[in-house]
Amino acid sequence: MSDAAEMARSPAPARSAASLLAARVLQYLPAALVFVAGIVLWEFAAAGTGRRVIPPPSAIAAAFVEEGQLLRRATTATFIEALGGLAIGTVLGVLVAFSTSRWATARGILVPVAIASSAVPLIAIAPILNNWFGILNPLSKMMMAALLVFFPIMINVTRGLVEVPPAALELMRSYATSEWEVLRKVRVPNMLPFFFTALKVGTTLTFIGAIVGEYFGGTSEVLGRVVITSMSSGSFDLAWAGILLGSAGAIVSYLVVALVERLVIPWYASLQREAG
Amino acid sequence: MTAVRLADVQKTFPIPSGGETVALEAIELEIGTREFVSLIGPSGCGKSTLLRVVGDLIQPTAGSVEVNGKPAHQARLDRDYGMVFQAPVLFDWRTVEGNVRLPLEVMGFAPSERDRRVREMLDLVELGGFRSHYPHQLSGGMQQRVAIARALAFQPPILLMDEPFGALDEMTRERLNTELLRIWAQTGTTIIFVTHSIPEAVFLSTRVVSMSPRPGRITSVIEIDLPQPRTDQTRESERYFELVTEVRESLRGRVSSSAARARAEGRIG
Ligand SMILES: Nc1ncnc2c1ncn2[C@@H]1O[C@H](COP(=O)(O)OP(=O)(O)OP(=O)(O)O)[C@@H](O)[C@H]1O
Ligand SMILES: [Mg+2]
Repeated sequence: MSDAAEMARSPAPARSAASLLAARVLQYLPAALVFVAGIVLWEFAAAGTGRRVIPPPSAIAAAFVEEGQLLRRATTATFIEALGGLAIGTVLGVLVAFSTSRWATARGILVPVAIASSAVPLIAIAPILNNWFGILNPLSKMMMAALLVFFPIMINVTRGLVEVPPAALELMRSYATSEWEVLRKVRVPNMLPFFFTALKVGTTLTFIGAIVGEYFGGTSEVLGRVVITSMSSGSFDLAWAGILLGSAGAIVSYLVVALVERLVIPWYASLQREAG
Repeated sequence: MTAVRLADVQKTFPIPSGGETVALEAIELEIGTREFVSLIGPSGCGKSTLLRVVGDLIQPTAGSVEVNGKPAHQARLDRDYGMVFQAPVLFDWRTVEGNVRLPLEVMGFAPSERDRRVREMLDLVELGGFRSHYPHQLSGGMQQRVAIARALAFQPPILLMDEPFGALDEMTRERLNTELLRIWAQTGTTIIFVTHSIPEAVFLSTRVVSMSPRPGRITSVIEIDLPQPRTDQTRESERYFELVTEVRESLRGRVSSSAARARAEGRIG
């Protein structure tokens, strides 16, 4: 092949920041338009069906203002539970994955146990966790969230550590490297995309876990309790404000993880772009 | 001096449905230091298996493999081999530069020495301008050249190359052939080279070993007496065409005159 042909494959020279920004805006414009249209439609539809079923966005916005204090405290509390749960679930999932992928005995014991326990309807465990860790203790909600996060992390990280191309292992063998070097240079980098995929799933699951834990009782100034109590007292607009804040928390965490992923494994994004 | 000595090597693989494949049988081969030996033969005749046995990536079922006067296993621990596989086997998460640096990192070369060698090797395979690219941003041929640079980076005394140029176009292949010979002459490595191309085997080698399948055996060893250094003129010389014909006939199962000569001299068992 000629060098000219080779050059053609190299990425285009850095485009100007402005044109990159314009490209981004264009990329997300359709989604943004659908979103805005949805809000407008919702407003009119809600006006038609009566406020009890789905309050219109304007009423929810008003609830945000009126109950700003409460919502801020509740969001902070739930956020802490969700992030704590994400941290605990992730650390445990990664630890178990490393030991199962390293020691066959550990794999023999832990994997069947993990698969069996993932069949348990985890949400049914929430009251038990409230009982164990104290219904007023945020730790009981964190543990619920951690339980949901644990399995995808453990399974994906294990796969990433174990599913290494055999040829790569052969190459390392030809260098007469230690198992430790193989872990550091091959298995861990190979695992990172699997890990970030699971972590992104985890950001959603952890909010579900925390809020479900709250539904089964605990302190009142958390999103789950705000939703439950305002529903039963007929303040649907406040309930919906709580639900929206919960989803916003999950979305923000997802975006943060996606950003960190970009920074830690830039090669993966570039590979995906080229493949897609 | 002898670089590689294979004595009565046999390799069988069990077949899941029962029975076994005899991938290698009664292999006797001696390769001198600084030799360039090509293995050629139909698909499935055991070329890759032979290379992997020499590189201590798999154990032979019977027989002995000696490399630089020691067992193959010890030679691997001493990092006597550079391997180039049929596929490039590059790490997606490392840039071109990072991939070439890998063996230097795990073998504990000093950082300044690593940088120097990486630069030198990338220039050698003419990829100096692509050091910060990721493998998926390169063509297949460029990826294979990265793999070659990586194998050469730690200057192993023995290079084991499994169809390294199989995926390349004719022009690139010929250019890299000339490059490889230049590197071979410069570094003084011993090379065992698997190929499906008869002209390539003749052009590169000091000896061509042809094999036949089921069971995988050596059928003839042909001395390539073309003068060194080999150039584009070599490819047009009469002797070159004679040798190409000779190798072709040996692969068809006809024992040619020079193979008989080699046998008479005791080069094959
Ligand atoms: N790991 C393995 N398990 C079982 N059988 C194997 C294994 N590796 C090779 N074989 C068998 O050994 C024989 C020789 O295989 P080998 O890969 O050495 O052939 P080859 O000459 O390199 O072929 P090609 O030119 O297609 O690369 C084949 O019949 C193959 O099926
Ligand atoms: Mg092969």
